[in-house]
Amino acid sequence: MKLISRRARYLLLLGTIALVVLPLVLVKGQYGGTDDAASRAVAASQPGFHPWFEPIWKPPSPEIESLLFALQAALGAGIIGYVLGRIHGAVREREARQEKAPTDVAH
Amino acid sequence: MHIMEGFLPPAHCLGWAAVSAPFLVHGAVRLRGVMREYPQARLTLAAAGAFTFVLSALKMPSVTGSCSHPTGTGLGAVLFGPPVMSILGAIVLLFQALLLAHGGITTLGANIFSMAIVGPWVSYATWKLCTSIGLSMAVGVFAGAALGDLATYVTTSVQLALAYPDAATGVAGSFLKFAGIFAITQVPLAIAEGFLTVLVMNALSEKTQVLEELGVVRGRT
Repeated sequence: MKLISRRARYLLLLGTIALVVLPLVLVKGQYGGTDDAASRAVAASQPGFHPWFEPIWKPPSPEIESLLFALQAALGAGIIGYVLGRIHGAVREREARQEKAPTDVAH
Repeated sequence: MHIMEGFLPPAHCLGWAAVSAPFLVHGAVRLRGVMREYPQARLTLAAAGAFTFVLSALKMPSVTGSCSHPTGTGLGAVLFGPPVMSILGAIVLLFQALLLAHGGITTLGANIFSMAIVGPWVSYATWKLCTSIGLSMAVGVFAGAALGDLATYVTTSVQLALAYPDAATGVAGSFLKFAGIFAITQVPLAIAEGFLTVLVMNALSEKTQVLEELGVVRGRT
């Protein structure tokens, strides 16, 4: 089932890129993470606050952390690409079979 | 939406874990059912899990000058139902807690509740509502994914507010403070997530019968 037209597909893609790129270009900011901002807000509102539990393992540096985040995204994107490739390969195969034996499709 | 390790009082950690547990059990049962009923949909299931894996790793800039990440749970919620998505979301959160020190083991129950339970259910309900009043599949998927994303962050704000009420304004004031950090930042990202979810859903279903096979839309199977 087709959800959107080819044209709408390009518009959505452009829209997605614009939503992420425009703030970066137009808004000056620190671009820190909101998760960390929330943690800081908790600490600021509770004098003497200390987390009562520390992560068992921490990436030793921001570089390693970004490596792991990139790995997470790459793994996910790889799987999605693989699945889409398999699906479209199967579709093409089916179409090719139907071309060879057109009588099969005439019900 | 990740509440960091050790940032919720122990009683809250246990409470949210207890709330999330039955959803996860239900999710595991549904996941087994889906695998058995639709063995041909395993690839699609992998794609739904991978989608949330990618999106929750991407911290993207927003209009407030800070960064936040989408959740990617709307796709799987519409395709396989919220219970299945709770398992996929929980796996992602566990991975991030253990390997990225993002989120945490103590806060896992709370984070699962916001991202893997509330988000998917809101996505699913929104999508159902939209399509039942005659809106197109694409509009329903967009609205579902975007609102599920926002609902996840609102839930996180509630969780933090309950744990740390403001001395003067109470839980409500504290909620507004945390929602102020999360909500506006999240709006453009939720819209972007809605767009992306429609694009990926379309790519998965455009030339296939996957939506019909999974019973997402009524049609020939």
